[in-house]
Amino acid sequence: MDDDRKLELSRRGLLVGSAAAAAATAVPSAGTQATPLRPNPATMPVSFEVNGTRYDLDLDTRTTLLDALREHLKLTGTKKGCDHGQCGACTVLVNGERINACLSLAVQHSGDAVTTIEGLGTIEQLHPMQAAFIKHDSYQCGYCTPGQICSAVAVLDEIKRGVPSHAQVDIAARPDPSDAELRERMSGNICRCGAYSNIVEAMAEVAGART
Amino acid sequence: MKAFTYERAKSPSEAAAAVAGTPGAKFLAGGTNLLDLMKLQIEIPTHLVDLQDLGLDRIEKTPEGGMRVGALVTNTALASDPRVRRDYAVLARAIVSGASGQLRNRATTAGNLLQRTRCPYFYDPNQPCNKRQPGSGCAAIGGFSRQLGVIGTSDACIATYPGDMAVALRVLDATIETVDPQGATRAIPIADFHRLWGDTPHIETELKPGELITSVTLPRPLGGRHIYQKVRDRASYAFALISVAAVLQRGGTGRVAVGGVAPKPWRVPAADAAIPQGSGTVAARLMAGARPTEDNAFKVPLVERTLAAVMTKASAA
Amino acid sequence: MKFDAPSGPNPIDRMKVVGRTTSRIDGPVKTTGAAPYAYERHDVVANQAYGYMLGSAIAKGRIKRIDTADAERAPGVLKIVTAANAGPFATSRHNTARLLAGPEIQHYDQAIALIVAETFEQARAAATLIRVDYARVQGRYDLAAQKDTAPLVGGSSGEGSAAAALRTGDFEAAFAAAPVKLDATYSTPDQSHQMMEPHASIAAWSGDELTVWTSTQMVAWAVQDLSHTFLIPQEKIRVLSPYVGGGFGAKLRIRADVVLAALGARAVGRPVKVAITRPQTMNNTVHRAATIQRIRLGCDREGRIGAIAHESLSGNLEGGRPVTATAQTRLLYAGLNRLTSMRQAVLDLPEGNSMRAPGAAPGMMALEIAMDEMAEKLGLDPVEFRIRNDTQVDPEKPDKRFSERQLVRCLRDGAAKFGWSRRPMRPAQRRDGSWWVGLGVSSAFHNSPAMKSAARVRLEPSGRILVETDMTDIGTGSYTIIAQTAAEMMGVPLDMVEVRLGDSHFPAAAGSGGQFGASNSTSGVYAACVKLREAVARQLNMEPDRAVFESGHVVADRRRVSLADVARGGALTGEDAIEYGDMSRSVHLSTFGAHFVEAAVHAYTGEVRVRRMLAVCAAGRILNPISARSQMIGAMTMGVGAALMEEMVVDKRFGFFVNHDLASYEVPVHADIQEQEVLFLDEADEMANPMKAKGLGELAITGVAAAVANAIYNACGVRVRDYPLTLDKLLDRLPRIA
Repeated sequence: MDDDRKLELSRRGLLVGSAAAAAATAVPSAGTQATPLRPNPATMPVSFEVNGTRYDLDLDTRTTLLDALREHLKLTGTKKGCDHGQCGACTVLVNGERINACLSLAVQHSGDAVTTIEGLGTIEQLHPMQAAFIKHDSYQCGYCTPGQICSAVAVLDEIKRGVPSHAQVDIAARPDPSDAELRERMSGNICRCGAYSNIVEAMAEVAGART
Repeated sequence: MKAFTYERAKSPSEAAAAVAGTPGAKFLAGGTNLLDLMKLQIEIPTHLVDLQDLGLDRIEKTPEGGMRVGALVTNTALASDPRVRRDYAVLARAIVSGASGQLRNRATTAGNLLQRTRCPYFYDPNQPCNKRQPGSGCAAIGGFSRQLGVIGTSDACIATYPGDMAVALRVLDATIETVDPQGATRAIPIADFHRLWGDTPHIETELKPGELITSVTLPRPLGGRHIYQKVRDRASYAFALISVAAVLQRGGTGRVAVGGVAPKPWRVPAADAAIPQGSGTVAARLMAGARPTEDNAFKVPLVERTLAAVMTKASAA
Repeated sequence: MKFDAPSGPNPIDRMKVVGRTTSRIDGPVKTTGAAPYAYERHDVVANQAYGYMLGSAIAKGRIKRIDTADAERAPGVLKIVTAANAGPFATSRHNTARLLAGPEIQHYDQAIALIVAETFEQARAAATLIRVDYARVQGRYDLAAQKDTAPLVGGSSGEGSAAAALRTGDFEAAFAAAPVKLDATYSTPDQSHQMMEPHASIAAWSGDELTVWTSTQMVAWAVQDLSHTFLIPQEKIRVLSPYVGGGFGAKLRIRADVVLAALGARAVGRPVKVAITRPQTMNNTVHRAATIQRIRLGCDREGRIGAIAHESLSGNLEGGRPVTATAQTRLLYAGLNRLTSMRQAVLDLPEGNSMRAPGAAPGMMALEIAMDEMAEKLGLDPVEFRIRNDTQVDPEKPDKRFSERQLVRCLRDGAAKFGWSRRPMRPAQRRDGSWWVGLGVSSAFHNSPAMKSAARVRLEPSGRILVETDMTDIGTGSYTIIAQTAAEMMGVPLDMVEVRLGDSHFPAAAGSGGQFGASNSTSGVYAACVKLREAVARQLNMEPDRAVFESGHVVADRRRVSLADVARGGALTGEDAIEYGDMSRSVHLSTFGAHFVEAAVHAYTGEVRVRRMLAVCAAGRILNPISARSQMIGAMTMGVGAALMEEMVVDKRFGFFVNHDLASYEVPVHADIQEQEVLFLDEADEMANPMKAKGLGELAITGVAAAVANAIYNACGVRVRDYPLTLDKLLDRLPRIA
């Protein structure tokens, strides 16, 4: 049985104009306007520094910073959690500031200095934030963890530099590393395992607020 | 995502000319919204003109005693500026209530003004959407519309402008400065910048093809109590259900604008005038003519209640 | 090792390593980014191609025509795999929806094609060039519409078999006669797991042998399901899943990523890797299905339940299973007259399946509000009301007991610790600035299944201990508790133990799910260690029962030999499984707890923020307090999401979950979680297993959302029975703004 016609009728009331009904008869898959095929993808030379090493790459313009790290440089510590800036698993530091590597094209970063989780510390020589995460069990499955740690390091630096946050009662005042500040500033890093409380403990220790 | 070419422009007018001269070209600032939409095949540029080398990342004083904010100033930089935090606190507060620290480090002043709607049907290319595909219909009408607009919407589209920063800019009466491909500049009051959807919801602002935002200027500081109250289900990193930006003066006068309810930051002069009469009257004037759906009817009383909270807070200080 | 009698004293009781707070041994690799997840295995096989999944644009109907010509000619494309050209494959009986569909479509975003290309960007771009003509038919998308017509399902087995309500006594008569009654209907929405690592796999064929690097909770199940799907013997399949970025039930069974990767790899003769995109996870994979639940309670004036009925309706695809929302009600509270039933509607939505505490979590979301409502009708404190209705036996089968049941102590200790006595009995009494503040409680309850679990333990010539089992660590801490178990059993320090998990070449463990992972997998390691201890003793001609393993030595009869010396001539291996006999079925192996929540409701906007949470639980021996606590706070966080924000909204016209990304399907963020505390009661359950341990990953989420809902009621006096409790459901009933 083909219910298209019935569905069209039921949808006509919902949608505006007859074009809508026409669209409903053959709902296209994602973006199917007939588009001319393009020749080979555009590639461009890209040079940036990652964890102190300079890389000269020739990348598809569509390649995100995240995929450049994970698929080209094989630095897979930076995670792809959502690829849409909605989870924070891909957080890296670019020129010292944290960003979502998924919402940045690699070509935008020519000349930049990128620090990933691999650049913060190693198994032999952990960054204090990495050590604090282990001590406070600030993770479970571990997939959001590199992003959480990069973000946590950047957050303490942002507080030091006086970058304001929503948690401040007085937006003009200098922020401090209170629990409320840490929680608000870390909210762009989702942890579905729910390690939030332990992450704050680790950050507070590194910030010197607690041991 | 279709293949595209990429260039870094050297000057604003060169950037404008590059976009105007290349079919399917778009400006690229922070990219946090554009790249998101490109991955979903909602934005399909053939060429990107990256603006990062234009030097539009400065905040400076204007001769009139206000401030000029470069189009490429990041959200973080703008909210961190000591003058903004002191004299335009509503703006700093609005910015830090939006997105996440990571996104604010990339998102720019101009890009934030041009942020596209978060309507879930706009975000799903399998669904009809007059904004994404003009004439295809609106699946949101009669669909899930809790987050969507209640006023200023149309029979073609019930989406909202989703941002926070612009709501504060609206209450501050900011002006948007642009350059066109011929090098001509103009200033657009923020009140006129975003369009109501009408029959053409795919046209979202007054900008002409190739016209580039170069800066946003703020008039002289207003003084008063600056409040931005954002209402949302989760405590952070969420779009507003509604938000209220307010600058309230000691004498009981002031200005208010509302976010999350309309195609643009929603401000009504008659509502400002009613501030001395209390939140009920202000809300009634702001929301006069609202046409909510069953899903989002709560936004109308929510605006009134949030205004009451804001005005109570201001008077308590 | 057959476990069929209560565990007497054993080497674990020494608790030198087990039971001590132990930093995860996988911590250094996880915090440095060195732990490799499925999609990241550049190291394991060369020449990997990229696959990108295309999902159906309609919920129900048929593909009339699929035109892949343009996509095939697009740059970098190696192959477009569809059901029409994929070659032979079947659907495992554990998958309700097909993992590659066509021409028939069963749900929205069901996979209809895999684009295989040289790069990810090329594969994704080519997906947009595939043109599909659909013949759409009207599906059934509205659960409530089938409230009166959906048939009964399930019987004593709980899921999907006999079609009857379960009755004890005469519910109707007892309810009619009860002086105090509650009859209320609750609803829980469709929820999504949204673990941080989306489903991902790399597949490689070598002749007719298939190897997959995937993200699964259950390695052995994945082998079975792949065997069914690809019609090849299990021996020809290897599944590796050493690191799993969360699952919560979504990765119990194979999903489209691994099937498509294997089909793609077969088609192009190269390894192929596939990750399901975040937006696709919502409609393509599985979810916790929505429920509508009616609960009736009849009490005497002293607050004793005489009649209790819990009837639940859920929906699924044809052939899918129901949400067993009534399961906890059958065992949690006393009452002579009982009725539970489940109905199942057929819905053409994506497949409903297990999500953390399936059945129990949504069931307790309803039951524990009902208990709060009834306590209020009785004028009783809700903690006291629950205590008054505790039962030490199965209310349906009074001669079946619980091995341990400390619910009352959880409630009492929790109340004392949380400051429950300061809770106003009437709602809307406490104000803090613009916020109404209130307290809520719920019970927590979940059974802890006994499941066979195997392991292999090797004493290396170096004196180190190597443990191999196909057990997974999905964030639960398996690596560490297994290492602790082996260290305790073999008498070596923790750093002398290496643990290898998640490889189907290793002995099959219980796997991770249903809070059966920790206790059974460590018991399997215990069993293997017993074998290894025997091998060591035999080698030294010692009496195994008299050999003591401590400080890296084995000691007996005044002889003390280092383990390294024992193995000098060659490694010794012990391999065994824990298996359970009738004893495990003669009692309920259960875990209990109590959740306490302080919530604040904004007097103007109705926004809710949870301020304080406390969980007290009794779950057998706690193997590693720090990771057990993490399980608890994680579930408490997920419970806050269930209470306040999580809902996949069904578009009832077109049949799909509309808010299909992490911006619109909100889960809790850091700022939503403030103070969290956890207390574990001392308990070593000798009936459970030689570890005397049980699970707590599911226990931890049961009741949380109801405790939040009850706290909201206590704060502002608005009772909401439909989750999530968003502000729009509170707004028009909030107390007048003063």
